[in-house]
Amino acid sequence: MNKNIDTKKIIISNPLKLDCGKEINKFPIAYKTYGELNSEKSNAILVFHALTGDQYVSGKNPITNKDGWWSYVVGENKPIDTNKFFVICANVIGGCMGSYGPSTINESTGKQIGTDFPIITINDMVNAQYELIKYLEIEKLFAVVGGSMGGMQVLQFVANFPDKAKLAIPIACTSSHSAQNIAFNELGRQAIMADSKWENGFYSNYKLNPDKGLAVARMAAHITYLSEKGLQEKFGRKLQDRDSLRYGFEADFQIESYLRYQGSVFVDRFDANSYLYITRAMDYFDLSKQYKGNLSDAFKETKTKFFVISFTSDWLYPTSENREIVIALNSIGADVGFVEIESDKGHDSFLLDVPSFLKTLGDYINSTYKVINERRI
Amino acid sequence: MKEEFNIISNLIEENTRVLDVGCGNGDLMKFLQENKTKDIRGLEISKEKVQNCLSKGLTVIEGNAESDLKQFPKSSFDYVILSQTLQAFLNPELVINELLKVGKKVIVTIPNFGYWRVRLQLLFKGTMPVTENLPHEWYNTPNLHMCTIKDFYNFCSSKNIKIFKSIALKKSRISEINKSNLNYKNLDSHLGIFLIES
Repeated sequence: MNKNIDTKKIIISNPLKLDCGKEINKFPIAYKTYGELNSEKSNAILVFHALTGDQYVSGKNPITNKDGWWSYVVGENKPIDTNKFFVICANVIGGCMGSYGPSTINESTGKQIGTDFPIITINDMVNAQYELIKYLEIEKLFAVVGGSMGGMQVLQFVANFPDKAKLAIPIACTSSHSAQNIAFNELGRQAIMADSKWENGFYSNYKLNPDKGLAVARMAAHITYLSEKGLQEKFGRKLQDRDSLRYGFEADFQIESYLRYQGSVFVDRFDANSYLYITRAMDYFDLSKQYKGNLSDAFKETKTKFFVISFTSDWLYPTSENREIVIALNSIGADVGFVEIESDKGHDSFLLDVPSFLKTLGDYINSTYKVINERRI
Repeated sequence: MKEEFNIISNLIEENTRVLDVGCGNGDLMKFLQENKTKDIRGLEISKEKVQNCLSKGLTVIEGNAESDLKQFPKSSFDYVILSQTLQAFLNPELVINELLKVGKKVIVTIPNFGYWRVRLQLLFKGTMPVTENLPHEWYNTPNLHMCTIKDFYNFCSSKNIKIFKSIALKKSRISEINKSNLNYKNLDSHLGIFLIES
């Protein structure tokens, strides 16, 4: 987590007042950019990452040596074409890829902050990233885009900064985290905290890592990102490297082996405390509550154009919850488009090769960019 | 198609707010965007067509007019358009009521089942009519509630819906419909276009 990574980092000197009441200052934000900012500064797109994402949207992620998490969407000649757009993505605060988080070293003690890190919210994450946009001297973004927790940040960004983005694309998300989603997050947190190596969050002081707990958290969460049909079709009851059951608790089934693998690679790249803090931020997200129960009020001040996207097999952030965002926007006459994309890849659809999603998203962004530039808004 | 678009466009004042219900692939929306107003939205039930519209940069929502018009506030559009779709709804009366709530004015166009070519097929062939304008067979038609120009005209008067303008189209010939020529226009036109208000 604290390996040398090829990323830009700025120190935010403005103090940031967090929702929990605490104030942070002189904190780092790690980010990466792709493409070039044009001379009018009109082609910038801020991408927000999801729970376990990072600033490595595209190209090789130097930590995992795998493709960036949104390589299907962002890159040269991709739907968000970096030949044309200047794409910015920052690691959220609370994260573990260089931005201020529980694994940041406290300079006065020389130790990781651990669970002395304050509780952060989606609002705090967005406010921190706005400091980066100011630092980059971008007056108005062309678009803010993100899926899942990234979509929540899109909504919060437009609510907080109604005139800072021309286009907002929240994908597979919600305006208010549901009981089911809180339940799954709690399961993950309990798995981490039940690991004896967690040490109340100060594991790094003892050179420990609650990797078993974090792996279980990832395995449980991973199931929620898929669909029943997708799982059945990909794995069914297929056995892993064997012809018959072994009558034991090894990974007999391919699905078991797959989940174990997902858990094991995750612990190499992610910090257990970050997992606790970021899932908490998602659980606390309730945009309509911020506006006294009226979600429409969150967008009352904005002229931002919206495009909401959901997926048929996403049961974690189902179409009904995405539709609520559309309804709230329509009820105030906002400019909002919406489509539910057919896919059996579950919540993960937004990260995967789903051609109708990629085509619609790319065509929409490009034609809207053209229209907005022609009109010179 | 072009004539219908022209007539609809002529009914709409410039730079007004328009909603096209059942906007299909967005052809009418594009036409109006180029000729009348930039402030136009669409509602469409088919995913594929919604994606086509969005790809063109049109603001379209996937949804069903029978359940999703409710989300728009009262009188939130200057015009709501329903082009040749009324007959495909389960409950056309409910849809008309919703349209009249959402739009200050409503433009409805209907393929006329009273057109003589349609009548002749049923009269002489004894089969359900299939025409250029109504190309489906009885077993695969999406049209659940076919009506005639006269039916719609009578419907409006019985429900106290004001008809501002009613236009009949035959091929590319355009004429006004009024009470005295109603029976003739009902026989001689393939399409009726109504501008109404609650």
